[in-house]
Amino acid sequence: MSASEAAALLIEHVGHRFGARAALDDVSITVERGHFAALLGPNGAGKTTLFSVITRLYNNQTGRVSIFGHALDREPSRALARLGVVFQARTLDTDLTVEQNLLHHASLHGITRNAAKVRVGELLDRVGLADRRHDKVRTLSGGQSRRIEIARSLIHRPDLLLLDEPTVGLDLESRADIVAIVRALVREEGLSVLWATHIFEEIADDDDAVVLHRGRIVARGRAGEIGMPGEALADAFRRLVAEPGRAAA
Amino acid sequence: MTHPTPLATRIGAAPPRSQTERIGRLDAVGYLICLGGIVRRELLRFFNQKERFFSALVRPLVWLFIFAAGFRNTLGVSIEPPYQTYVLYEVYVVPGLAVMIQLFNGMQSSLSMVYDREVGSMKVLLTSPYPRWLLLLAKLIAGVAVSIVQAYAFLAVAYFWESDIPVLGYLTALPAFLATGLMLGAIGLFLSSLVRQLENFASVMNFVIFPMFFASSALYPLWRIRESSETLYWICELNPFSHAVQLVRYALYVQFEPVACAVVVGVGLAFFGMAVVAYDPGRGIMARRGGPAGDNT
Repeated sequence: MSASEAAALLIEHVGHRFGARAALDDVSITVERGHFAALLGPNGAGKTTLFSVITRLYNNQTGRVSIFGHALDREPSRALARLGVVFQARTLDTDLTVEQNLLHHASLHGITRNAAKVRVGELLDRVGLADRRHDKVRTLSGGQSRRIEIARSLIHRPDLLLLDEPTVGLDLESRADIVAIVRALVREEGLSVLWATHIFEEIADDDDAVVLHRGRIVARGRAGEIGMPGEALADAFRRLVAEPGRAAA
Repeated sequence: MTHPTPLATRIGAAPPRSQTERIGRLDAVGYLICLGGIVRRELLRFFNQKERFFSALVRPLVWLFIFAAGFRNTLGVSIEPPYQTYVLYEVYVVPGLAVMIQLFNGMQSSLSMVYDREVGSMKVLLTSPYPRWLLLLAKLIAGVAVSIVQAYAFLAVAYFWESDIPVLGYLTALPAFLATGLMLGAIGLFLSSLVRQLENFASVMNFVIFPMFFASSALYPLWRIRESSETLYWICELNPFSHAVQLVRYALYVQFEPVACAVVVGVGLAFFGMAVVAYDPGRGIMARRGGPAGDNT
């Protein structure tokens, strides 16, 4: 498959062990271009390990990962240049201003200062926080910080966005804002998204979904079709993670 | 939080992604932008934390004003290169204290690497598309930039005390400070890959900083140590911190010490190499130890 038509994210038979413990076991996931894919899993399922492998924090020990056709082990720079990430932990520098944080991240991607300033303006408009540009991050609410982190992840115009439980700890309104921002990016800009979560309200029936449990994929398909006929996604999820190894759909 | 319109509708229609222009660059110019950004952030953080600046300055000044003054008569220093004449103890300790600032700063940078790893901002740095060794080098250079600012702030105060350093010496010491800062920073960087949690950092203080500082030529000339113990003398002689101090001491008096320079550069490269291996995603300590701290999977 040529790079011009490759999937946004292709994870093939990835395994990763920490000592004797298998954190990921034969995991294969495809995120198609312009799709919103949900990665569902309880705490400890291996979601964060998978994200660490995709972001090349550490190499997968087996299998392969490629981003828009660029294999992570062979062309890490080209692969990472197309990837934006919002990590689960808050990673903004609270002593610096919103703009300083965003400009710093722009520099990590080799964006000139002038171009970065223009881009910061666009992105702050997009996440509705243009008026907080020169405020210290420590003065922002949790939801606002998350929106800044999303802006930061988009600064180099990535084509694939990874979000690791981005709405954890946020109130309902902030959570809805974050979901709306990302879904609009998918709809209007064709961004491809892998969204790890265990909050079912954030997933639409026609999203692609993968259920990860104890490092293995136990179900995959359209979110609305993961369960048995008439079974809600939440119920299907509870059933799947209670009985490891049993795949539906 | 109030929104005049729903957020989603404020996101204007944009061209398809295939037409959007990539704005980052992956060439050497892009890397220099990246390096500049990392150094800028470190300096911003440093100047934002005024107490860090002052504590970095107060520590060597306490040594200079109190310790050195107290020991002035006890520890007479005879003529030895690079000094041309008998020097006061205060004059002798200034270069060692300046490098002590870099030692503490190297360890402080290492501490902030461990902290960055715990809070996750290290992950953000490592998602940069540049090769990881270049990112670590940038981080190292950023720490050295801060340490040089601190060292010169100390030298500026010492100038009004009794430092006896020729004006040209301040200039010739700059490359020496750069080399010693890189060596001490590289040691700190390597240590940061070994220290899994912030709490373990106290042992770094006890087992690295204090022995390195006291078993060196920073506070007393090595021939004096040899008078008391031959073994201790050789420990000090083998301590790379002694060579860092000597390199800076000579440079401050507009002289070059080739052995010290070779040791500083060699040790710096060796520790940087080990740090690169430790942070390598394939072979790294991080991969073997169960992932970065803070992961819940």
